[in-house]
Amino acid sequence: MLARLIRGKPLAYLDNGASAQRPTAVIGAVDDYERRHHANIHRGVHTLSQEATGLYEAARDKALAFLHAASRHEIIFVRGTTEAINLVAQSYLRPILKAGDEILITHLEHHANIVPWQLVCEQTGAKLVVAPIDERGEVHAEAVEALMSDRTRLFACAHVSNALGTVLPVRRLMAAAKARGITTLIDGAQAVPHMSVDVQDLGCDFYAFSGHKLFGPTGIGILYGRESLLERMPPWQGGGDMILTVTFRKTTYNTLPYKFEAGTPNISGAIGLGAAIDYLSALDREGAHAHEHALLLYASETLGKIERLRIIGTARDKASLVSFVVEGVHPHDLGTILDEDGIAVRTGHHCAMPVMEHFKVPATARASFAFYNTFEEIDRLSAGIRRARSIFA
Amino acid sequence: MELNDLYRDVILDHNRRPRNFGVLESADARVEGFNPLCGDRLTVQLKMAGDAIADIRFEGQGCAISTASASLMTEAVKGKSRTDALALFERIHSLLTDDAAPSDELGKLAALSGVREFPARVKCASLCWHTLAAALKAPDPTHLNAVSTETD
Repeated sequence: MLARLIRGKPLAYLDNGASAQRPTAVIGAVDDYERRHHANIHRGVHTLSQEATGLYEAARDKALAFLHAASRHEIIFVRGTTEAINLVAQSYLRPILKAGDEILITHLEHHANIVPWQLVCEQTGAKLVVAPIDERGEVHAEAVEALMSDRTRLFACAHVSNALGTVLPVRRLMAAAKARGITTLIDGAQAVPHMSVDVQDLGCDFYAFSGHKLFGPTGIGILYGRESLLERMPPWQGGGDMILTVTFRKTTYNTLPYKFEAGTPNISGAIGLGAAIDYLSALDREGAHAHEHALLLYASETLGKIERLRIIGTARDKASLVSFVVEGVHPHDLGTILDEDGIAVRTGHHCAMPVMEHFKVPATARASFAFYNTFEEIDRLSAGIRRARSIFA
Repeated sequence: MELNDLYRDVILDHNRRPRNFGVLESADARVEGFNPLCGDRLTVQLKMAGDAIADIRFEGQGCAISTASASLMTEAVKGKSRTDALALFERIHSLLTDDAAPSDELGKLAALSGVREFPARVKCASLCWHTLAAALKAPDPTHLNAVSTETD
């Protein structure tokens, strides 16, 4: 993929925040499954079914190790981060929420960590409370803690902001919530590609991420949930596999994690996700993270030299992405011009309209880096921006 | 597919100096158009004299394509009757979405034909036209909901 030409130019893929590219090992694992091991899982006694089940469940074990969860019962396969959060909103929170209760989030959340809570507030009469961000795009723990009240039933936040790159002080936030008996959820979609995540160390009750941002396939993700919570939650979706027995008088539900996995899952997606986790484990992750950090510093410096370019999101602790606006060139136009240079960036509101509103911009352009990006690609980005500016001058 | 097919001089000029940009006092109709996918947002304001568009202005913030298209549109429809303006809307819609060469009578609007090579930008160019059409077709254009590119 990275060798592709776009409009006759080498691809510079700087849109990893939207989705990452897959290593051949991941594509190979999916391909191998499709060619040689596919069958439906869990129910069959024949060889192929057992092979497919083995591969699927092995992927669950890899996810368990990846997050350092305590048990397989705590790893649920879902479609992605969005589904994971909806599951928690409807299956954990909705049954216990009363009118006047509060859900606390931050101003920099992705819509996936806003709308499911808004829906459940509409359904129950609960209230959404939003912790502020400052002009650098930072979340201050004191400001969040000040909003934790005795009506707060859940605190949900991003680990890393997709629009700004801000890394939130999650350990401290989790501790503060825990001290007040508030359940917590972390949206880890933008974090897992860039850092090691240990849910025991973080102390969160729920953690969600998507496979396709982690160099794995689309249509698959993981919800980690503390076993004691998942145990008490009613099922998310009904159907096959999540049941033990079905009669028209009464149906009994399966044990964890299957209680939350109705129907035939995205088997190839799960296997691909497992392969992505394997690939990352074999990588020198420290080195990769260091390279990403170097890319961030170089991009901030290089783009910072362009006149009338403003970087949006200047937190002291950032993941490797740069959101910016260029005076006189709308992000949309910038994106089209950069595409002509073979450069892929994302333009728009990044599913974070409240962030755009906070910074009083209609949209930004965002370059988001993975470990396979290069300094040369940043140079090309810079040249492309200057070219766009001259077209519009 | 060349960039200067999209960013022709006419487009760049109308983006830099949009015509009929600003508030129209005592407008008969004010309709907002919004593209939720990219954040382009504009408001079209009309003053009618009988069946003709006596004056038209637009405000808002958006990309060069949406701004230029709106500017060109206001120049083209000022003075036109409701029917003629709506007919022009249909012709522009075809221009942006099909293959035919633009006809000469479109004048400067023909510059928009480059947009169809950039499918991701078609909605940018058509936003103002959809907004105008909503204003012209509505029985009561003073109480119209915002027009979105995503609800057609």
